[in-house]
Amino acid sequence: MTATAGRARSDSAQHAPRRRQPGLVMAGAGLALVAALLAGVWVGALPLPPGGVVNTLLDRLLGVDVSGGLSPTQEAVLLQLRLPRVVLAALVGAGLAISGAAYQGVFRNPLADPYLLGAAAGAGLGATLVIAYSPSQTLGPFGIVPLAAFAGALIGVGCALLLGTAAGGSHSATLLLAGVAVAAFLAAAQTLVQQQNTDDLREVYGWLLGQLGRAQWSDVVLVLPYLVPACLVLLLCGRALNVLAVGDDEASALGVHPGRLRLLVILAASMATAAAVAVSGLIGFVGLVVPHIARRLVGGSHALVLPLSLLIGGGFLVLADLVARVVLAPAELPIGVVTAFVGAPFFAGLLWVGARRR
Amino acid sequence: MNGGAQVEVVGLSASYGRMRVLESVRLTVEPGGWLAIIGPNGSGKSTLLRSILGFHPHQGLVRIDGLPTTGMPRRDRARCLAYAPQTPVLPDGVTTREYVALGRTPHRPLLAAPRGVDRQVVADVMDRLELGRLAERPLATLSGGEQQRAVLARALAQQPRVLLLDEPTASLDLGHAQQVLDLVDRLRRQDGLTVLSTLHDLTLAGQYADRLALLSEGRVVAEGPPFEVLTPAALHTHYGARADVVAGPNGPAVLPVRSET
Repeated sequence: MTATAGRARSDSAQHAPRRRQPGLVMAGAGLALVAALLAGVWVGALPLPPGGVVNTLLDRLLGVDVSGGLSPTQEAVLLQLRLPRVVLAALVGAGLAISGAAYQGVFRNPLADPYLLGAAAGAGLGATLVIAYSPSQTLGPFGIVPLAAFAGALIGVGCALLLGTAAGGSHSATLLLAGVAVAAFLAAAQTLVQQQNTDDLREVYGWLLGQLGRAQWSDVVLVLPYLVPACLVLLLCGRALNVLAVGDDEASALGVHPGRLRLLVILAASMATAAAVAVSGLIGFVGLVVPHIARRLVGGSHALVLPLSLLIGGGFLVLADLVARVVLAPAELPIGVVTAFVGAPFFAGLLWVGARRR
Repeated sequence: MNGGAQVEVVGLSASYGRMRVLESVRLTVEPGGWLAIIGPNGSGKSTLLRSILGFHPHQGLVRIDGLPTTGMPRRDRARCLAYAPQTPVLPDGVTTREYVALGRTPHRPLLAAPRGVDRQVVADVMDRLELGRLAERPLATLSGGEQQRAVLARALAQQPRVLLLDEPTASLDLGHAQQVLDLVDRLRRQDGLTVLSTLHDLTLAGQYADRLALLSEGRVVAEGPPFEVLTPAALHTHYGARADVVAGPNGPAVLPVRSET
């Protein structure tokens, strides 16, 4: 017995993943996000002097009275084009990543992503419908496509939840299957609408691949009221998700209501996802990969993985958008292409390193 | 700790769909006692534990120190009953200490951070179960026996009055099984905890529990001290087994007998 225990110990001592200080990792991710934001506003078709950018931002955003030294054109590019776009990219990335981490926790499934329960298919159908049939492109100050995508995403998740609950309570497997069914149905409906309206294919595809090119402050205003409360709820639920990780029976034995908790987390994550999808289209991979990166850095505790995913997701998408703008300038790559292009090999590398360590 | 509680099960019946798996089960475990539920495969042992915990819909009553558990808030129940399932779900990427600390969940608001007292209880429990040097190890890298100890530690961190253990020795070899049962016995004697467990190994059940309940086809067919319940006749009738029962040092031991032909 002692011999086996001894061997097991030395084995795992070698293979145990190195745990880093969570505080340091968080601070590092925060700094990386700030650096990404600065790089995002600085780099672009019209070069801006870095010092001027920082001064103007301090002046305009923080009220520090320094002269930016930028020309009016430069200032307009900075404040009306780049800043909203970068801020929106950070919000969308953060929202998708934290939702992905929450979905993976709630379903105890490492392959879960924020689009799992029909949010993507619903948003796609909503956007396609209004692109094909809506006579007007705006509703009040907002574009009609974001509104339709937002509603579609919520309706998609709502249908999946209703179907899952009707079919078998709040078990995660039933919910997952309901999500798959709803997503398939909505995707089919979307394809049908698209086939009927081939003239609009280009615009629909552009939307589906994800885009931040037309980002405006009104988009930021549109997502904030949904994204911020949803993220706060998710951040608060981190410890509770740790309890859910031991399974429904054991979580109940620890005094938790797994069904209620799962519903709350799914609703919050779906709200964040719907808001993100509404303004950016379907950007893949962020919600799947970023939580795994976070887990590699701080271990499996959701109280750490959720906030870290938020920070990394924001920074990652700002950088991905920067790449999308720069590689083929003046043309732009769809950001969904960039996230998958960068994300997939990176993820494969992570898996490979993880497998070798094990 | 607060000592053990009395557990009463009265007229408990449960079904899977149309199939009745438990029929008017009646049991009492006195404070500080150890009742082992034995019975052939499929006799309803695990369902009985899960019904007592309120995970499985059932008719009938479960009372803890006279208080019915129906309608008791889940957190209150969790502060009283701790449960270790047959195959615990061991979360990924979590250290032993983080896992044991989950046992503190019913003692603080769900969203709140652990307090000093929580950390103290976790550290004490881990010392008692000799998990100290494994505290920062990922749970997944522990051996089977160590994992079972970690699950017990999590249950004890709940500071319960009753331990419900579903086959605590299921995947352990004899030596590790004895270690775990010795540990449960020690905790029961030191803290006066009430223990209600299922055990499929009849000899271990006979050596450790002070009462046995034999469950067969959803009914309690015998209940009492081990020597009264473990008889060759009962083993033949309910297990379809040929076995002698011999006197062991702390209770009856079951000795399977080969067919004559």
